Amino acid sequence: MQMLLTLQIVNLLASLLLLIVFAMLAQRRILSLINLFALQGAVLALSTFVVGYSTGQHHLYYSAGLTLLLKVMLLPWLLHRLIRQLDVKWDVETLLNIPVSMLIGIALVIFSFNLAAPISQLAHGLTRGLIGIALASVLLSLLMMLTRRKAVSQVVAFLSLENSLFFAAASATQGMPLVVEFGIALDVLVATFIFGIFFFQIRETFDSLDISHMEKLKDD
Amino acid sequence: MIDSQLLALLLTPLLGGVLLALLGSRAWAAELNSLMSFFTFIAAVVLTMRVIDAGPQIAFHEQFFIDPFNVFLVALTAFVAFTTSLFSRPYMRIEQHHGKLSTAMLHLYYSMYQLFTFTMLVALTTNNMGIIWVAMEAATLTTVLLVSLYRTPASLEAAWKYFILCGVGIALALFGTILMYFAAQHVLGEGGTALLWTHLNQVKGQLEPTVLKLAFVFLLVGYGTKIGLVPLHSWLPDAHAEGPTPVSAVLSGLLLNVALTAVMRSKVLVDGSLGTHFAGNLMMGFGLLSVAVASLSLSRQKDIKRMFAYSSIEHMGLITFAFGMGGPVATFAAMLHMTMHSLTKSAIFFAVGHAVQKSGTQVMENIRGMIQVSPTVGWGLMLGTLAILGMPPFGVFASEFLIITTAMHAYPWVTPILLISLGIAFAAIFGKIQPVVFGETTAKPLPHSPALIPVFIHLLLVLMLGLYMPPYLANWYHQAAALLG
Repeated sequence: MQMLLTLQIVNLLASLLLLIVFAMLAQRRILSLINLFALQGAVLALSTFVVGYSTGQHHLYYSAGLTLLLKVMLLPWLLHRLIRQLDVKWDVETLLNIPVSMLIGIALVIFSFNLAAPISQLAHGLTRGLIGIALASVLLSLLMMLTRRKAVSQVVAFLSLENSLFFAAASATQGMPLVVEFGIALDVLVATFIFGIFFFQIRETFDSLDISHMEKLKDD
Repeated sequence: MIDSQLLALLLTPLLGGVLLALLGSRAWAAELNSLMSFFTFIAAVVLTMRVIDAGPQIAFHEQFFIDPFNVFLVALTAFVAFTTSLFSRPYMRIEQHHGKLSTAMLHLYYSMYQLFTFTMLVALTTNNMGIIWVAMEAATLTTVLLVSLYRTPASLEAAWKYFILCGVGIALALFGTILMYFAAQHVLGEGGTALLWTHLNQVKGQLEPTVLKLAFVFLLVGYGTKIGLVPLHSWLPDAHAEGPTPVSAVLSGLLLNVALTAVMRSKVLVDGSLGTHFAGNLMMGFGLLSVAVASLSLSRQKDIKRMFAYSSIEHMGLITFAFGMGGPVATFAAMLHMTMHSLTKSAIFFAVGHAVQKSGTQVMENIRGMIQVSPTVGWGLMLGTLAILGMPPFGVFASEFLIITTAMHAYPWVTPILLISLGIAFAAIFGKIQPVVFGETTAKPLPHSPALIPVFIHLLLVLMLGLYMPPYLANWYHQAAALLG
C-alpha cells in the first residue's frame, strides 16, 4: 500500500516535470521562464526525496538537499540578479510559432517513450516509465535551446537539460554515487557563473543579448 | 607508493592553478606557469616509468586506474602542456606588447591553463565513468573563457558556440553514463563500484546489451562533439581560429585526445557486452565521415588557423576510424597517430602563431614569404606542414600507412575514400602553405628571431619516431593495444 502510494506520487511528480518543460517551451517572458525553472527544481527535489524515502537510499536525501539548495535557491537567485543588472527583466521573446514547437515536442515525447520502452522493462517497480519521461524532458530541453534566440533563455534551457538528467539519475538508478553528483553540481554552478560573465561581455560587445548577432563566423 | 606518485601528478597543476590565481599578475607569472608545467611533466615521467615496470595500477580505493593506455596519454599530455607553456611565454608577452591582451587577461590565462591541465589529467587517470564526465565538463569550463580572451566580437561568438555546443554534447554523454550505470547496477548492485571501469570491464559480458547500445550512442554523440566528429564539429574551427594560439595548440593537440579516450573506454565495455562490432562500426562511420568532410572543407579556408583546425578534424576522424576497426594493429596505429598528431599539430600552431604575429593577420593571402621574414618560422611551418600531410620520413607517414594497410585487409572498400581524402587534404594544405612560406614579400626581416625551440623539439621527435621506434616504446604501445583489443 505504502509502496503504491509513493509510486503514484513519483509518477505524478514526473508528469508534472514534463508539463513544466512544455510550459517553458512556450513561455515568452524571461522572468516567468526563470520562475518555471525554479519550480522545476522544486519538483525535482521533491521527487528525489520521495524516491529516496521509498527505496531507503538515504544518500538521495543529500542529493535532494543539493538540488533544493542549488536549483531552487541559488541558481534562480543568480539569474534574477543577472536579469535585473542587465535590465532584461521584462523582456519578451518573439518565439517562432508556438503550436508547431508544441507538436514537435509531442512527437519527441512519443519518440522517447518508444526508445525507452525496452529499458523500462528492466527497471523494477518504482522506476518503470520514468526513464521515458526523463528522456523526453532531455529532448524537449534540447528543442528549447534550438528555438531560443536570447542568451538568457538559452542558458535556462541548458539548466533545464541538466535538471532532466538529474531526474533520470534519481529515478532510473536511485542516484549516481555522491562524488559524481557533487562533481556535476559543482560544474553546473561554475558554468552558471561563466554564463553570467558571458552575458556582460556579450552585452558590452553587441549591445544586446540577442544571439542572432553572433552568426558571423563562417567558413569563407 | 603509487598513490603518492599519482597525487604528485594531479596536485602539481592544481597547486599551479591556485598559485597563479593568486600571483598571476606578477611579472614572472609566465615563468611560474612553465615551472609548474615542468614539474607536472616530471611527475608524469615518474608515473610512466612505474607503470612500464610494474604494469597496470589501481590507486585511491580504486577511484583511479592507470594502465599502459592512459599512461601514454598522461605522458603525452604533460609533455605537450609543458612545451606549450614554454611557447606561450614569449608569445603572450608579444601579444601584450601589441596591446591585444591586458595583465588581467594574462592572469586569467595562466591560472586557467594550469587548471585545464589538471582536468585533463583527472579525466585520463580516473577509473570512474562519472568522474570522467565531470572532468570533461570542467575542461570545457576552464577553456571557454580562454577562447574569448581577446574579447573581440568574433572570439565571443566562438566561445559562446563552444560553450553551448559542448555543453549540450556533454549533457548527452551524461545521459549515456546514467544508462550505463543503470545497466551495471543490475549486475554489480547499488553503490559506488557500478561506475568503476575496472569492475565494469570484468562483468561486461553480463551487462544488458539493449541498454548499453543506447548508452553508447549517447556517449559517442556526447564526447564526439568534443572530439569534433562531423556533423558535431561546428564549434571546433571557430574556437581554434579565434582563441589565442597556445590555447588552439592544447585544444587540438590534447583535449581532443582526452575526449577520444573517454569514447574508447566506453567502446571496450559496449563491444565486450554485445559481442558484436556495434560500437566499432559506429566509430568507423563517424570517423570516415569526418575525414571526408574535413578534407573537402580544407580548400575553402582562408584563415590559416581555421584551416589547421579542419586538419585536426580530419586526423581525429582518422584516429576514431582506426580505433573503430579494432584489433591489435589498428589500435596500435591509432595510438601512434594520436601521438604524432598531437606533437605535429601543436608544433604547427606554434609556428603559425609566430607567423600570424609577424604579419598581423590570419588571412593566408596576406601572409607571404615567411622564409624571408624569419627563416626559423618559415622552416618550422613548412616542415610541420609536410609532417602533418604524411610525408615520409616523418612519423605521421608511418601511422597513416599502418592505418591504411590495415583497412585494406579488413575493409577494402574504405581504402579509396581514405586515400582520396588524404590526397585532397595534401593538395589543399600544401597549395596554401607553399606561398605563405616561399612567396614574395616586401616585409623586412625582423631584428629578433623568435624562440621556436618547442617547434623543433616536437618535429624532431616526430621525425625520430618515423625513422626508428625504440623497442620499449613499441612494446608499450603493443601492451596498450592488447588491453583495448
